Amino acid sequence: MKKLLKYLGNYKKETVLAPLFKMLEAIFELFVPIVMSEIINEGIVRENNSYIWQMGLVLVGLGVVGLVSSVTAQFFAAKAAVGFSTELKRELFKHIEHFSYSQADKVGTSTLITRLTSDVNQVQTGVNMVLRLFLRSPFIVFGAMIMAFTVDVKAALIFVVAIPLLSLVVFGIMMINIPLFKWVQAALDKVLLSTRENLKGVRVIRAFNTEEKERKTFETRNDALTKVQIFAGRIAALMNPITYVIVNVALILIIKTGAVRVDTGIIEQGDLVAILNYMSMILVELVKLANLIIIITKSVASGNRITDIFDMKENDLLAETGSYLPSEGVVEKAKGNVVVFDHVSLTYPGAGDESLTDIDFTAGVGETVGIIGGTGSGKSSLVQLIPHFYEATKGGVYVNGKNVKDIPDGELRSLIGYVPQKAVLFAGSIKDNIKWGNEDASDEDVLRALEAAQAKDFVLAKDGGINFKINQGGKNVSGGQKQRLTIARALVRDPKILILDDSASALDYATDAALRKAIAETGKDKTVFIVSQRTASVRHADKIIVLDDGEVVGIGSHDQLVENCSVYKEIYESQLTGKEAK
Amino acid sequence: MAKEKIKLEKGKTKSTLKNVLKYVKPHMVFVLFSFIFAALSVVLTLYVPILTGRAIDYIVGPGKVEFEPLAKLLFTIGVCIGITAIAQWITNACNNRITYNVVRDIRNDAFKKLEILPLKYIDAHSHGELVSRMIADVDQLADGLLMGFTQLFTGVLTIVGTLIFMISVHPQLTIVVVVITPVSLFVASFIAKRTYSMFKLQSQTRGEQTALIDEMVGNQKIVKAFSQEENVQERFDEINNRLAKCSLRATFFSSLVNPCTRFVNSLVYAGVGVFGAFLAVKGLLSVGQLSSFLSYANQYTKPFNEISGVVTELQNALACASRTFELINEEPQPEEEKDILVTDGSVDIKNVEFSYVPERPLIRGLNLSVKPGQRVAIVGPTGCGKTTVINLLMRFYDTDAGTISVAGKDIKKVTRGSLRTSYGMVLQETWLRDGTIRDNIAFGKPEATNDEVIEAAKKAHAHSFIKRLPQGYDTVIGEDGGSLSQGQKQLLCIARVMLCLPPMLILDEATSSIDTRTEMRIQKAFATMMEGRTSFIVAHRLSTIMEADVILVMKDGNIIEQGNHETLLKQGGFYAKLYNSQF
Repeated sequence: MKKLLKYLGNYKKETVLAPLFKMLEAIFELFVPIVMSEIINEGIVRENNSYIWQMGLVLVGLGVVGLVSSVTAQFFAAKAAVGFSTELKRELFKHIEHFSYSQADKVGTSTLITRLTSDVNQVQTGVNMVLRLFLRSPFIVFGAMIMAFTVDVKAALIFVVAIPLLSLVVFGIMMINIPLFKWVQAALDKVLLSTRENLKGVRVIRAFNTEEKERKTFETRNDALTKVQIFAGRIAALMNPITYVIVNVALILIIKTGAVRVDTGIIEQGDLVAILNYMSMILVELVKLANLIIIITKSVASGNRITDIFDMKENDLLAETGSYLPSEGVVEKAKGNVVVFDHVSLTYPGAGDESLTDIDFTAGVGETVGIIGGTGSGKSSLVQLIPHFYEATKGGVYVNGKNVKDIPDGELRSLIGYVPQKAVLFAGSIKDNIKWGNEDASDEDVLRALEAAQAKDFVLAKDGGINFKINQGGKNVSGGQKQRLTIARALVRDPKILILDDSASALDYATDAALRKAIAETGKDKTVFIVSQRTASVRHADKIIVLDDGEVVGIGSHDQLVENCSVYKEIYESQLTGKEAK
Repeated sequence: MAKEKIKLEKGKTKSTLKNVLKYVKPHMVFVLFSFIFAALSVVLTLYVPILTGRAIDYIVGPGKVEFEPLAKLLFTIGVCIGITAIAQWITNACNNRITYNVVRDIRNDAFKKLEILPLKYIDAHSHGELVSRMIADVDQLADGLLMGFTQLFTGVLTIVGTLIFMISVHPQLTIVVVVITPVSLFVASFIAKRTYSMFKLQSQTRGEQTALIDEMVGNQKIVKAFSQEENVQERFDEINNRLAKCSLRATFFSSLVNPCTRFVNSLVYAGVGVFGAFLAVKGLLSVGQLSSFLSYANQYTKPFNEISGVVTELQNALACASRTFELINEEPQPEEEKDILVTDGSVDIKNVEFSYVPERPLIRGLNLSVKPGQRVAIVGPTGCGKTTVINLLMRFYDTDAGTISVAGKDIKKVTRGSLRTSYGMVLQETWLRDGTIRDNIAFGKPEATNDEVIEAAKKAHAHSFIKRLPQGYDTVIGEDGGSLSQGQKQLLCIARVMLCLPPMLILDEATSSIDTRTEMRIQKAFATMMEGRTSFIVAHRLSTIMEADVILVMKDGNIIEQGNHETLLKQGGFYAKLYNSQF
């Protein structure tokens, strides 16, 4: 949390002025009971009308000055809080943008989004409220006590007992309530889980005819929630009655003590009224303070979560990679080939086992490399090493003769057209989306890419053609269309290396075949990596790498592999068509 | 037009209110208690300043203090305080009870409805929206109700009570309070109106920013793959700066409410102080009475502010509740006949027509006769409506025309439960629940013994990976399968069906998610399952398709060809084209 305070740096002036003006307001407020007691003592008792007028004006004057200082304070507080959160958000977004794949994987997207939105907002509210209240409320509480002391020490001693008692009750109940509300939240989460599960699993639940059982589970969870809520509510409901009793008992005691003091002539009637007024002031401020503490606790928690994100540095993850000595002849090999893997292993941060083990191969100019294997065999991990999305934990990856570690990421990635497994498009027109691949692409370039990606027909059939607006998440195009558009996005940059990471899974065999043919025609010098689970998609590749559990179990052409790689043969035969079987 | 809309909204609020009251009714006793004790505590709270005032009047000056009546008075005050505190607590406890019970009942009813809603409704609404209707909206109602109960009634009572007490003490001085106080309300509502548009702009801009964050952070890998970090940052900064501006305005202007009402309050205080003092000089008011008045003046604006706060909160709560009631009052799926289906595995589909939306007819004149034990493969390109057939067979959706009969019985004439449990269904989109592996396998048959569960898992080839999990069958997997791989999830779904093994099957062959070797075992498991059972398979694998007795070829929602592999190939139609395109 402390680390975040540096984003208040540009608002030092506001951060100091806001509470100062708030304190000023509090001081003026504290004068009011004194003035009133003067009205009683001087004005009423001594029947001095002009004095009453004067003091009345003083009261109004105090109000005006209070208003002015308070408004000033609110302005500075708002400015500091908003400015703070704006800078914090910008830096946080920048920081997250520069996360490596491993970091993003580790934290998880939804967490990052919450940090950037609700957590930052929470901190903003916290800063704002602290600036407004953290000087004011304690100042009024202790100020009222001190003022009471100036009026009469003996009566004021009651404050010394009442204030700690009140604080104990207010903060005590709050402290008990915080964990109680966590329970409530946990119970609510269970109810939420039931609801979500029943929506997602509606078909399975109905297929197994377990609706009745689901309803009973829900009702049990809902009941549990209600019980905790009522219990927590009962405790919270204690706050008002108890504080009410304390304050009023204090009032009774003040009157009792005051009566003796007035009787002996030590203080006047008006002084007693002033002391009573100070007592009433305290309660309101204590409750405010308690609420402020809740807000602070929440925003400190949010702030710490944000700090955790800031503390994540690339280095944490790089530390795990061992030192690398290129194997013999690799440098020469790398010069002659586009992509070279030199005994590469990959362990994901936090994972126990290697996801890739000792991968060693080369891919030359214009070669098509197929990568095949079951789910979890490491196909995606392998190709994601080429654009340096992940760091190899052992060995080295070379592109164009250089280790990818030594090429700036931007430069490296500009050579590569990457089509991810999960087709992702962004809100905006089709053209905008395609141009992510190449900002300078003309409409003709876009259309050419679409054509090669087998997407031209359906794009032109849409309203507005390439200017057709895609919704956020690409919900208004089908899965297969989305895949083809992401392929076009990679093709439009005319990349030296094209990576298709199982990107044709939603396409039928015919479209898949046409796509592969079109890609082959876009350029003879392209090195293409095709990741797939279908032998049909890779069988014409110059080189097929067969992966099983992160290890290479075969490299070669289709015919070679069918001969001598049992895993490949197994896959191939399971997908064998009737024609070949005969 | 605009007026009409408002009227409509009002009518809606009214009906929502009626709905809420219906849920409150069973707790009427507590409502009554709550009202009685609230009234008691308000009256006493207001009475205490009067007593304090009187006490001050006993303390006039040196030697003139009347100790005896003062002591009695203080005792009375003490008793009042005690009773008030207890009454307050009882009121709060009652309100808590009412609110949370009402909310629980509403949630239970909503969930009950969820279980009998037609799938059409659930498919047509985003899950997030339905969840928020059941969770967030109901929570909002709870907050509103609680505030309403605790503050609305007491607020009104306090205002009325204060007025009465003030008038009883001094009518003219009351006028000072009554005249100046509305200024504070006016100021507050003036500010609220002015800031409304600022808040709207702020939440709009925030929404815009969240959308961008959602999109860009959610798909960060793509952003990085295309080195778009800087462009994205620029867009973010632009929105962020706009947000800073409108946020500052909204935050600042809305924060003016408190200082302004406080200021008006201090005016009231000064007014009462000055005029009260003049009256006191003339002997028309005692110092004690003035002091009671001052404490009323201090509190008088508070209930007004609270009530206006409660009213907005209540409106908001009712708006949210109306969304929940919409769900509760939604038409459930049609009542079912009581007949129990005993299947022999034969399925007859006659002249079935179906469409999701009337404008776009999907299935027209579908006829199919499946004998017990036959295999039906459904093939076609992605998105051609293969799942529609599953929807109809399982009666997730009802046909528009024509009949589907199982064992000669129209499926609309039997209970849904008996129809659905006669099918074993494995969908490609796996769904597992938060719970142990064992719970998940025994989902359809909770009374299954340990051995049965393990047996089913073995048959589904899931046993070997389950065994390797840290707690074996007792391993808790999170919502939606948690850390299991897609293939493992699918295996569990198969095991789940294996355990019940009904006479008919609906299988959705995985396209690409299970690793090859397991996949082959699954094929074998499928084959054992299908032995002697009528099966419908959404097929991607040619071997499966070729072994089918009937192949349905679908395109754009229609069944365009029907027959077995040989005949379809001979026809040289769409199937033949599909088949040949693989090479």
